[in-house]
Order: sequence, then C-alpha cells, then structure tokens
Amino acid sequence: MDGTIPAGPTLDDDSWSVAGLSFRSRLIVGTGRYKDLEETGAAIEASGAEIVTVAVRRVNLGDPGAPMLQDYVDPKKYTYLPNTAGCFTAQDAVRTLRLAREAGGWNLVKLEVLGPPPFLYPDMRATFEALEALIKDGFQVMVYCSDDPIAAKRLEEMGAVAVMPLGAPIGSGLGIQNPVMIRAIIENAKVPVLVDAGVGTASDAALAMELGCDAVLMNSAIAHARRPVLMARAMKAAVEAGRLAFLAGRMPKQHQADPSSPLDKGVLGRN
Amino acid sequence: MGATISITVNGEQRQVAAGASLSDLLAQIGLDTRKVAVERNLEIVPRSSYAATALAEADQLEIVHFIGGG
Repeated sequence: MDGTIPAGPTLDDDSWSVAGLSFRSRLIVGTGRYKDLEETGAAIEASGAEIVTVAVRRVNLGDPGAPMLQDYVDPKKYTYLPNTAGCFTAQDAVRTLRLAREAGGWNLVKLEVLGPPPFLYPDMRATFEALEALIKDGFQVMVYCSDDPIAAKRLEEMGAVAVMPLGAPIGSGLGIQNPVMIRAIIENAKVPVLVDAGVGTASDAALAMELGCDAVLMNSAIAHARRPVLMARAMKAAVEAGRLAFLAGRMPKQHQADPSSPLDKGVLGRN
Repeated sequence: MGATISITVNGEQRQVAAGASLSDLLAQIGLDTRKVAVERNLEIVPRSSYAATALAEADQLEIVHFIGGG
C-alpha cells in the first residue's frame, strides 16, 4: 500500500444502467398514496430519484379537467416507469402496458402480476406468461418477482432487463426479510437486481444496497411516513450510504473484541 | 338533431353523432389528447389516427392516463 486511494467508483461517477439507459440515482420511487399531487411532486424531488413508477387507469370522464400527474411530475424530467399494479392476469398486464406505451411513448416498463390478498405475493406463473408476451411485443421489462433465485434467473434468461425481488409484501414496511435469498439472486444475476417492496425505513434501504442491489424501489415507505418529504431525503441518503458501504466492503465480523487502540505497549501503569 | 350511435366509454354508455371520429369524442369530453391513450375494441388506437378513426355503433372504448402508483 502506498497510501493512494485506489481508483474506483465514487458517488460522482457511480451510475448504473438498465435497458441501455444510464442513471445516477439508485432510488426509484412510486408516485402513489400521497396526500395530493403537490406532496407527490415535492417528495419525488427530495428523493433525487430519476425514475418514477406510475399506474395506468381509466380517465374520470366526469372530471376531465382534473389535474394530472404529469402536471406535478414532469415526464421530461423523470423517466416514467409504467407498472401493472392491480393486474391479476397476464392478459390484463400486457393490455395495460400496451396502453401505457401509447400514452407515454416508451418501451421501458415494470411488470407485476400479483396473487390474491392478503399477501399480493408475485404470481410467477402469470408473470412468466406476461413477460414472454411483452418481450415479443418489443418491451424492455423490469420484473417484480418472488425472492426465488431460480425464478429470477429464469426471468433473466427470458430477457427481463432487471429483476426486482420483494423484500417483504407490498406496502408492509417489514424491511428486508430475506437477505440471504436477495444476495443469492444478486450473485447469480447478469442484469440489475432491485429490491422492490417491503422497505419501511431508511435502514432497510441501506441494507438492500449493502447486499449489493443495483437500486431500490419503494413507494409507501415515503408516502406513508408522517413527513413524506423528509423521509424522501432520508431514503436518498440511505441508498447512497448503503451503496458506498457496499463499494467500500465491510469489515469482517468476529465474535470477540479487537481493540482499536494498542493494548500491548505504552499503557499507563503497565510495566 | 342528427342520427346518433351508442358506444361504451370506460364502461359508461354514451351517445355520439353518427359519423363522429375519435377526435370529436375526445374534444367533446374535454381531454388533453397528449396525456391519454385509447383502446378501441381491445386494439390500441395510435394518437396519430384519432381524427381518421370513425366511431361505430357498439364500440367499446377505454381511455386511460397515468396516475400515481408504486
């Protein structure tokens, strides 16, 4: 060691890419469940996110002039990632994303096909079916999935541009319940891996990044915090801290003390 | 009053003038076409085709937009 700092990524140049697009922020945020669109815009701004997930729904014909998400979250500034939330079949998911593509004009989408309440756990069979149809139709698909390394690998082999295992059930805020499996998915993957769902607070996001995730996706953890804009800032910091810790490489754990100050010489009163 | 046809828009029955185009319908509803997408009888209608798309009796239309979601 000559004392120089080894070359390597810093926060300034540590970007990641998905589907050929490069991003500096490793935090992707949802735009749902906020008090109003103003708060949505403010929280997203504070999060530093460059990608936001959005849902596709019928226009309310009775109120056609109602403010729209685009008025508060500028699609020119943020990459919209349309999702298939609420879809319980492959067919509905594909139909939804075709409409999203027409509304927005891009191919990058988030696929999620869910099983029934109360867990809304990913329905992997329907997810595979939808992914196949979407890829045939030219979509670039980031896929919400179970914390199953075999399923995640299969999605990658089919052509998913990112795999996004859950840390815990959607909206549960339980944190990363499955760090061993998340790590296994990361170690096997050649595409970006994101923890999507389950993050409850900043330490959960940091843990996901320390495990080696390329990015983290969350919505409720920010939107349902008592002060969402403040939590958005916390999440930004946590994702950056977790990423840096991952790059730095944590010290080994051991089950006994290893003092930081020398004990072997020069201690007062010791001869 | 001219002849009308009956169509379904987002699950609601609606009467429009016979010969009306999809553009006419969107203008009548008052929607900013740059922020919506339209499906007609399960087929996407490209935005560039709204004016050329004539509505027909019993058409099923879905008009969607982006809303907040996770």
